[in-house]
Amino acid sequence: MRLGTIPALVVALVALVALAPFLPAWAIFMLTVAFAKALVVLGLVIMMRGGLVSFGQGLFYGLGAYSAGLAANFLGVSDAILLALLGAIVAAVVGFLLGFVMARYREIFFAMLSLALSMILYGLLVRSVTLGSTDGFNLPPPSFLGIEVAAEESRTLLYVTTVVLAFGCTMLLHRFISSPAGVISQAILTNEIRVEYLGASVTRVLHLVYVIGASMAGLGGALVAMAAGHIDPELAYWTTSGEFVFVAILSGTGHVAAPLLGMVIFEAIRSFALQYSPYTWQMVVGISMLAVILFLPAGLWSLFSRKRAGDVR
Amino acid sequence: MQKLFAILVDGTIYFSWLFIVSLGLTLTYGVMKILNIAHGSFYALGAYAAASAIGAYIAGHYPVAGSYLVLLVAGLAAGAFFGFLVERGLLRPMYGRDEIVLVLVTYSAFLIFEDLIKLIWGVNPYFAPEPYGYLGRVSIGGIAFATYDLAMFGLALVIGVLAYWALNHTRRGKLLLAVIHDREISTAMGINVGHMFTATFVIGAMLGALGGAVTAPSTSVAPGIGVDVIVLAFAVSVIGGLGSVVGAAVGAVIVGLARATAVHLMPEVELFVIYAVMAAVLAVRPQGLFGRAAARKI
Repeated sequence: MRLGTIPALVVALVALVALAPFLPAWAIFMLTVAFAKALVVLGLVIMMRGGLVSFGQGLFYGLGAYSAGLAANFLGVSDAILLALLGAIVAAVVGFLLGFVMARYREIFFAMLSLALSMILYGLLVRSVTLGSTDGFNLPPPSFLGIEVAAEESRTLLYVTTVVLAFGCTMLLHRFISSPAGVISQAILTNEIRVEYLGASVTRVLHLVYVIGASMAGLGGALVAMAAGHIDPELAYWTTSGEFVFVAILSGTGHVAAPLLGMVIFEAIRSFALQYSPYTWQMVVGISMLAVILFLPAGLWSLFSRKRAGDVR
Repeated sequence: MQKLFAILVDGTIYFSWLFIVSLGLTLTYGVMKILNIAHGSFYALGAYAAASAIGAYIAGHYPVAGSYLVLLVAGLAAGAFFGFLVERGLLRPMYGRDEIVLVLVTYSAFLIFEDLIKLIWGVNPYFAPEPYGYLGRVSIGGIAFATYDLAMFGLALVIGVLAYWALNHTRRGKLLLAVIHDREISTAMGINVGHMFTATFVIGAMLGALGGAVTAPSTSVAPGIGVDVIVLAFAVSVIGGLGSVVGAAVGAVIVGLARATAVHLMPEVELFVIYAVMAAVLAVRPQGLFGRAAARKI
């Protein structure tokens, strides 16, 4: 028996939520961060299916985190879901405006321009003394649906929120990639001019895809900000953006669930490497990446889809 | 007036550094179409090699004047060694893969080098200030500048002229230009593109390491010095047009002056200005000021 993608995701979601009370604190934190970052990679994967590889998702990631942080500290918003949505909306609005320009760029030029934009945000944040400059600032623990909770419970609830949002978005975007816009975005990757001849607007589809990528990154940024309780300009730095592309390639762009798996594996490798060899964790990550590029050119997800290709129908 | 003068001189000093650092990156991209993130590692390796070589040289009580040669040789040797290693060991099996995948291969190399440097040199900073102090300071128009910084300009000029001459007036340089223009036709005409790739990558790495080596005496060499360099070198190369030597020079002038102006007039926007210029240039001319626009293929 084979489950469809949506039922399989629902089963995984229920399992992860049911596990919450039994997980140790470090696992809760690691998984919260991993699923929040997986949202960013998910958006990036949707963009990459249309041929847009952004080396500047840190822009929206940072925007989402800072909007959540500023709203929590200066506007007194403490609800986790509101803050997460706010991060996504701010990023989506900025993405929508930038999209008018960005949707005209392709390949390396798109990558470079998105890098430049994220570094502009970094440059501004580093020099803004009111926002704590390079040190950033702290966030108060969030409340949930208007109820204040203790720090310990807050972490578990944030984990549940993040898992629900991550899987919810994955299911939504699974629907998106088989929608007309989703299918056209893949056709754009194959041959853009033919798509135009067929009468579809390439720019409009790429604009939409760009806004999806932006809002996912904003949502992820806001969630990571709440999980860590701290934000700094590093969120918008190029190494952060590079890491997202890194995980997107590691996971593979063949399936919407790939980023969830890829990010959890990446965070696990990093956490354990940091713990057991603090001076060589980057080397461990780099070597794992090279191994994946060499032996699994279509990403980790190909381990699963290969099995499927071998099935006799 | 004096401020304007200071901006010009500071801009020139910064230009020299940017040009040396970016030239290797833009050359590698022009020939191989690889955006080499490991360029920052070569910079760091050059800086470390130079700092420890100078340290050993000074400890031997040799005349300080000779340390400049030590610095250049150490930097170039480090670049040549690690550049060759990365091209042959890592990139060669990957040619023909997607451009983005190649970027990630160099990114992995960058991560590995970051830790390799810590394993070899430890995490404490290295200092090699002797060559910097030895040249003293000169006063130009009432402002004192370190002679060493001004000498960087001379080095940048020499490298720039040498690169221009080698590319346009030597046989090998012209072959390389042919590869830059069209890799497939060059192969068909009998140019050994594989050798050209190795040579370019090694030269690019040597330039990056040289940039690090000449910077070592004026700063502390600590882990992570390569990280900022990469993105600055990207900005310069992209503004000028990836793959163009003249472009790297013009990009370095623009970024150098923009930053010097910001530092003197509005220090808050120092970093912002560089990337704002980069975004503005890309918005108007995506291929950069001196890049060639690619034709749309059906």
